[in-house]
Amino acid sequence: MSTLAVLPAGRIPGRDMRRRRATDRLMRGLLGLAALLAAVPLVLVLGFVLIQGLPALNLALITQSPVPAGFPGGGVAPAVVGTLIMVGLGTLIGTPIAVLAGIYTREYAGGRGATAIRFLVDVLAGVPTIAIGLFAYGLIVVPSGGFSGLAGGVALAITIVPIVARITDEMLGLVPGSIREAAYALGIPPWKAIVHVVLPAAAAGIVTGILLGVARIAGETAPLIFTALGNDTVSTSLGQPMDALPLRIWVYASGPYDSWHAEAWAASLVLVLLVLAFSLLTRLVMRQRSRSGM
Amino acid sequence: MSVIVGQPERIRVLLAHHRPRYGEVLFRVLVMIASLTVIAVIAGLIAVIGVQSLKGIAHNGPGFLTGTVWDPVHQVFGALPFIYGTLLTAVTALALAMLIGVGVALFLVDMAPPRLARPIGFMVELLAAIPSVVYGLWGIFVLAPWLRDFVEVPLHDTLGWLPFFSGTPIGIGNLAAVVVLTIMVLPTVAAVSRDVIAAVPLSQREAALALGATRWEMIRIGVLPYARSGVMGAGILGLARGVGETMAVTMVIGNAPTISLSFFSQGYTMASVIANEFSEATTELYRSSLMEIGLLLLIVTLVTNAVARLLVWRVAYGSRAGTLLA
Repeated sequence: MSTLAVLPAGRIPGRDMRRRRATDRLMRGLLGLAALLAAVPLVLVLGFVLIQGLPALNLALITQSPVPAGFPGGGVAPAVVGTLIMVGLGTLIGTPIAVLAGIYTREYAGGRGATAIRFLVDVLAGVPTIAIGLFAYGLIVVPSGGFSGLAGGVALAITIVPIVARITDEMLGLVPGSIREAAYALGIPPWKAIVHVVLPAAAAGIVTGILLGVARIAGETAPLIFTALGNDTVSTSLGQPMDALPLRIWVYASGPYDSWHAEAWAASLVLVLLVLAFSLLTRLVMRQRSRSGM
Repeated sequence: MSVIVGQPERIRVLLAHHRPRYGEVLFRVLVMIASLTVIAVIAGLIAVIGVQSLKGIAHNGPGFLTGTVWDPVHQVFGALPFIYGTLLTAVTALALAMLIGVGVALFLVDMAPPRLARPIGFMVELLAAIPSVVYGLWGIFVLAPWLRDFVEVPLHDTLGWLPFFSGTPIGIGNLAAVVVLTIMVLPTVAAVSRDVIAAVPLSQREAALALGATRWEMIRIGVLPYARSGVMGAGILGLARGVGETMAVTMVIGNAPTISLSFFSQGYTMASVIANEFSEATTELYRSSLMEIGLLLLIVTLVTNAVARLLVWRVAYGSRAGTLLA
């Protein structure tokens, strides 16, 4: 409030109105320009991924194994299989923990405790994913003696926890208090009210949040480099090195062959479509919820 | 009745039974364990990476932070080129992202009609959802050649005498890393700033307008001073994101451990040296030294994140923007 007092007296309705109007127009223009500038990269990136990726997108890409470098044909089947397995494992481990932590934060922790957990979840969300890779390396690769799909899955599980925990927390917050009170009024103990009444009310939001988390970890490269390592042949064993789409994109993009580049674009298109679809879905559900909830 | 409405705690007390409620206790313990897991993971991150880097710390000593030579073959490990590269790219990218991001935030909150603000806000948030490796791919094949032909060559021809624009423009290098990082940091800065600016009380704006301020003067005297510490928090969050960003930077920065002022020069960052060299590190000391870089990176990002969250929360309590897509 006190900031208003620093206005030089007499300047607000002063003679320099024309100059002030000009400044106003200029600054408005600049702010609009900033908004335009911010929207451009999305269009550029998505546009190029679509243009470059679409021609190379075919069935062989996801059904065939890589052929020796420079030869035509082949695909990224090991990466597709590996991504499915490791993302599945990461989701299976990470999601229950995240949802339960979200429930604790919103329903049990109470003011100060909830703030503390939210803070820690946010801090965990800010940890570079490469550090999570190092953690999984020290935790699993070193004791087990080798790179493995398991280590990759655990790294992805840690990555998904803060995303889902936070969305669960938010979604539970959108469930009207009257629903909880109605359950309590019937004499239902809190935990049963949460499991049978509150959770179902928030289920759509939590599920899309999980899907969003899945899409995010499907695109992660850094946690997998020295946990899953990559693999040229299809492997379904959690004890063996495993390939993943983002790893494959990295390798192919850095390589010298045109056929590699084309496959990298196509694989990127698959990843991007996945992420975009789930982001849109989450957005829709959240808006619907907050509208009906409040 | 009206006393207890909206007070679940009170209702729980009223509902308390005298028989033991195993279900309730069990459930409570279960969700509590899940929350403790989050704390355990953070502690585990520090502990495991710390233990793994002990050998490196013992061998490299404090000179690790100032050494400019990175020669794994002769077991000389100096991390300064990586620290320098990380700071150079992250800080420059943040400065650019702040200019654009705060502008976007002000535009969305105080200028644009909702019909325009919503799609633009969503587009900016979507930038955060695109996988890092896709930015890298785009950076290598689209951005870098474009930068070389239309930005670096003209800059080199006209301002080549400045140390920032010396050397051969090849596209891949510090400038490409800065541009990619700017794009990747932008959604964080813009989303958090938007929340913070939206949290400035309407009365601030109305007071300014009532005094006859123009729209921009209202922003300058009524909005920005109020939002300052929160916007700073947004910036620090963006910095943490930029410092920790790995793949896209690794793919476009050129990966050469040099310390150069030039934006055309190839560089290296802490995250990208780990990404590039860790799985091929042959000796235990080499690996441990990379872990030590990882430890440094972890500590820096933990601290910056914590500080930023506190700053943002003070202004817009509970704002989770920048990491939550909503």
